[in-house]
Amino acid sequence: MLDTALWISLALIVAALAMNVARLARGPDIPDRLLALDTIYVNSIALIVLLGLWLNTKVYFEAAILIAMLGFVSTMAICRYLLRGDIIE
Amino acid sequence: MAFYVLLEWVISLLLIAGGVFAFVGSLGMLQFKDFFMRLHGPTKGTTLGIGCILMASMVYFSVVQPGIHVQELLITLFLFITAPVTGHMLAKTGLHMHLRYTRDTRGSPPELRDEDVGQGRVERPPRPRRPASEGQKRRWRLRR
Repeated sequence: MLDTALWISLALIVAALAMNVARLARGPDIPDRLLALDTIYVNSIALIVLLGLWLNTKVYFEAAILIAMLGFVSTMAICRYLLRGDIIE
Repeated sequence: MAFYVLLEWVISLLLIAGGVFAFVGSLGMLQFKDFFMRLHGPTKGTTLGIGCILMASMVYFSVVQPGIHVQELLITLFLFITAPVTGHMLAKTGLHMHLRYTRDTRGSPPELRDEDVGQGRVERPPRPRRPASEGQKRRWRLRR
């Protein structure tokens, strides 16, 4: 049963990633694409966690933490660039 | 034995719930009409979904491996703290860039009210005058 649940969750996450990529390609404005990128990194964390469950190992959690922190910082940096025209004033 | 079956149910439920929430969040981002509506899906749905999946992973590794594993709680906490901040900054960016929005998107934040921002709206400089071409003159004549 755990196997089936893992497969269902994996399929849903991959479908969500495909929709994010569609929005990234189509997005009419820059903030739309930025939002799509932000959601892509959150979904990729989910994908990494599911990979860890699939392989029954915990070595990938550092990668998940790294992606979470770097994604947040990069989103903040681009937002600030769009808002102020400069990242560090 | 029944305890482990119950735990398996809990983990499966959390996994599927997480997948569904992440899917719904991305679906909202794909389908809604303007940027301020699209902001709602990822900031709420996807965050809750990833929280569910990380909880499932935490329960699973605490059952399978010896000891209690709470590293996933770190990622969950970090994402739950940063998602509203990201949403706020993205909304500010959208307001700053004066994105188009539908009539259903209500509210009038200070960024959209001209009289509240600084000295008011800056006038556009006048257009440089250029001698009218023959085609323009003909069009003006036709319009009159």
